[in-house]
Amino acid sequence: MALDHRKSIFNFVGTRPDRPDGLDKVTGRARFGADAYAPGMLHGAILRSPHAHARIVRIDTSKAEALKDVKAIVTRADFAVLPFKPGLEGEFWNVLENVMAGEKALYDGHAIAAVAATSALAARDALKLIEVEYEVLPHVTDVDNAMAADAPVIREGAADYSVPEGMHPNVVRYHESGHGDVEAGFAEADLVIEDSFVTEATHQGYIEPHACLASLGMDGKGELWCTTQGHWYAQKYCATLLGIETAQLRVTASEIGGGFGGKTTVFIEPVALALSRKANRPVKLVMNRSEVFRSTGPTSSASMDIKIGMKKDGTITAAQGIFRLQGGAFPGAPGDLTAMCAFAPYDLTNVRQVGYDVIANRPKQAAYRAPGAPMGAFAVESVLDELCNQLGLDPVDVRLKNAAAEGSKASYGPTYERIGLVETLEAAKAHPHYSAPLKPGQGRGISCGFWFNHGGETSVSLALSEDGSAQVMVGTPDIGGSRASMALMAAEVLGIPYENIRVTVADTASLGYNDVSHGSRVTYASGLATIKAANHAVEKLCERAAAKWGIPVDAVKWEDGCAVPSGPNAGDFDPLPLADITADMGATGGPISGHFEATPEGAGVSFGTHIVDAEVDSETGKTSIVRYTVIQDAGKAIHPTYVEGQYQGGAAQGIGWALNEEYIYGEDGRLQNSIFLDYRIPVASDLPMIDTVIVEVPNPGHPFGVRGVGETGIVPPLAAIANAVSNAAGVRMKQLPMSPPRILAALKEK
Amino acid sequence: MDYHSPASFAEASALAQNATGITRFLAGGTDVLVQLRSELVTPDTLIDIKKINGVHDITRNSDGSWTLGVAATGAEMSEHPELGHDWPGVVEAMDLIGSTQVQGRATLTGNLCNGSPAADSVPAMVAAGVTVTVTGPEGARDVAVENIPTGPGKTSLAKGEVISSVNIPARGENGGDAYLRFIPRTEMDIAVVGVGVNLRLDGDIITEARVSLGAVAPTVLLVEEAARAIIGTTLDDAALDALTAAASAACNPIDDKRGTIAFRTEVAGVLAKRTAKIAYARAKGEQA
Repeated sequence: MALDHRKSIFNFVGTRPDRPDGLDKVTGRARFGADAYAPGMLHGAILRSPHAHARIVRIDTSKAEALKDVKAIVTRADFAVLPFKPGLEGEFWNVLENVMAGEKALYDGHAIAAVAATSALAARDALKLIEVEYEVLPHVTDVDNAMAADAPVIREGAADYSVPEGMHPNVVRYHESGHGDVEAGFAEADLVIEDSFVTEATHQGYIEPHACLASLGMDGKGELWCTTQGHWYAQKYCATLLGIETAQLRVTASEIGGGFGGKTTVFIEPVALALSRKANRPVKLVMNRSEVFRSTGPTSSASMDIKIGMKKDGTITAAQGIFRLQGGAFPGAPGDLTAMCAFAPYDLTNVRQVGYDVIANRPKQAAYRAPGAPMGAFAVESVLDELCNQLGLDPVDVRLKNAAAEGSKASYGPTYERIGLVETLEAAKAHPHYSAPLKPGQGRGISCGFWFNHGGETSVSLALSEDGSAQVMVGTPDIGGSRASMALMAAEVLGIPYENIRVTVADTASLGYNDVSHGSRVTYASGLATIKAANHAVEKLCERAAAKWGIPVDAVKWEDGCAVPSGPNAGDFDPLPLADITADMGATGGPISGHFEATPEGAGVSFGTHIVDAEVDSETGKTSIVRYTVIQDAGKAIHPTYVEGQYQGGAAQGIGWALNEEYIYGEDGRLQNSIFLDYRIPVASDLPMIDTVIVEVPNPGHPFGVRGVGETGIVPPLAAIANAVSNAAGVRMKQLPMSPPRILAALKEK
Repeated sequence: MDYHSPASFAEASALAQNATGITRFLAGGTDVLVQLRSELVTPDTLIDIKKINGVHDITRNSDGSWTLGVAATGAEMSEHPELGHDWPGVVEAMDLIGSTQVQGRATLTGNLCNGSPAADSVPAMVAAGVTVTVTGPEGARDVAVENIPTGPGKTSLAKGEVISSVNIPARGENGGDAYLRFIPRTEMDIAVVGVGVNLRLDGDIITEARVSLGAVAPTVLLVEEAARAIIGTTLDDAALDALTAAASAACNPIDDKRGTIAFRTEVAGVLAKRTAKIAYARAKGEQA
């Protein structure tokens, strides 16, 4: 009965039904992170370092503790009370150190202490009474400065085995990969361009701040409600940091108001649990926007050197990139991913890439939609654009000439299976946008982009009700319409309407471990598991029909929501609908459910091509994005409206990153723009209608051909916009964001 | 914190005169409440003046001048059938502030008293020659808008003094005003540079002009050199060049997260030119 062969004709998949969470979200009934309350609940607040780098000499909480409204105060001493584990290592230690500072404050905004009090106001007032004596240390926030010989050492011994000898201790990881002989390749080129590029850190900018409600008893049993992309991750990390058993902490993911990678880790959750344990009451913690900017996980900043050689016919003869990424005060900046993605769209004979992970006095970076890839694409695709301009070549033709395809050896090692880059480039070339005339002051840019996509641990259960409806329990928080997609895929297998299926994001007590909603993995991996769980239920439905008809189970097949005899020899029985089987399932063998769990590994890499028209005001340096087209391979679009939304969302965030978003640090190492007024994400009127083209080159690793679509859409925009702006302004822009002062300064120097 | 809602400006003035610590007047509250919530300023005394009779009124006087109550909002100004016809620059400047929700509360007086050099309505008011009536312990007096701010967050208002009305002159014949600001986005932002221009024509010749710059100095500037550059001209290219140079020369900005000194200085000239063109077209009765 298995449907393991790939389907290509669909009844439900590919349609655009209403979203299941729509009514809740427009009426305010949806419950987000801050919408949880408990009897006796206290309110938490966190004291944060005003210094970029400082030794914590003394913390005196006595005055705050004396307030009658204050029920608990925690510092680092209240964490990781582990009778059976001497200490934490690796990422567990990093996360602990990040959620509550130990000996040193490592960045402006680093948590120093926390209070639980009977009201939010009382908690904030209590923070003002906590006295902290700091010994301020030299700090560094810029990636190139952090690697310089005279840079202050942020943490001795933070580097791992991969770092070559002689590097500054702030270089904590090193990656090098590639193939061929780049020097020989450069020698074959008719034109070699070498240039350097810089991007500033940006924030994911999710509208919902981090929020949670925690309850942890002295018996080591706890409950946690939080806004997260991965509640099993939160369970594992919180339990470890608090020194309790994982299974004793039940975590429920709230409805989520955006994450984009930034909610794949924990910040306030372990603190709320520690406060709750100490106060013996539930504690709610909600960040304000300034805390979100200063103390959660923005993306890395980057400094990059690119060298590419090209023949007059557009053939790339060699490519080399050095990518230095600053990811805050802890290891984790994705220099390796930047390096691996940067040249991945191209079939190159000679390629070499180096990535550095550099620590600095900034908040610990977190994932942001294809982490590391957009900045690398910006640098590489800018040089490609310059090569095309100088050689008089069409930028789409050059990319087509060098495009990777099935069988190409990827720049980062493996050989590609069936991929859709060429199809996106051909669609770009054929799109009316690409041949539309430009007005004076306007420029056009194009760029390709790549992202790996991910599988990850996945567990899904599906249960049928006696009325023939179905409930699907997934473990991946819905950050991009996955409940609708799961329902469509289950509907496809079961043959019952989309509306008869309810998909729930189950808590950690209801399913086995599920990896975080990241890596564009949910529609792929939870989708695959949903299909297999539905197949599992279909097997049982067929068994019940076989028993009823008195024929062997392999003489029954499932068609359009009914059990039917598999052929003329199986017997002459009327089709038996799903609801007829479930109606008396209690008497025919009991409940009918399906389950599937695995770590699927056929996620299927993803490519996209973007076309952008930008208009630059030469007197003020102000850029308007006047037209934007996203073309991306979805493998198979389960719910095309959501796929288009992902494409548009990636482009919108990319426009912000390219033009105006940036972390601005003062000389004192403090973040200067920790509110949305001065951290300038695009507003609706800044964006044109973003046109989308869904290319479908099926992924061989998924039953319906799905490739993840969430992340690839933010890889090309920085480069495509930079190319458009550079072509409009007549000067190559090498630093992001391309804010008006930077563009005007570049125009003056032209 | 003590909260008061006096019935008259005399009472408001007396409350402020006798208050200790930090006092704030509350009209729209779009600055005061934001500062309160973000713990930038926690007043000891909050005096709510929006319940005083007449403070929401927008009145055209018999001589053609206008009197606006201190709690008349941006939305009420924009929706007024005639105010925007007389003073489009003032109304548009006010309308640029914040979101639709903020427009339902925000006021000219609050924008002025907040003391921000980047306040959008202030250069437009200065260019238009707007005065405010100040009620204090000694009675009432009229003060030109440009004499209210003394530095970022600071005003010339003495203890016990409160603005009780906004007075916009009669538009008169052959006049036009305009306000433009530079922001990196399209809305919901703070001016990096703001320019207000108000002028009057005799035929094609500019006979009167006032040019005002925002966000390029510790206070909004009334730039007489810039006005002189266009008075007596038809706003020809030479006049525009002189205006641009005069506006840039008047700048005394800072480098900060919103813009650089070089950028602000350059763009002030560009915007002065663009704003003057709009005001000129309006004075000619053309759509602009």
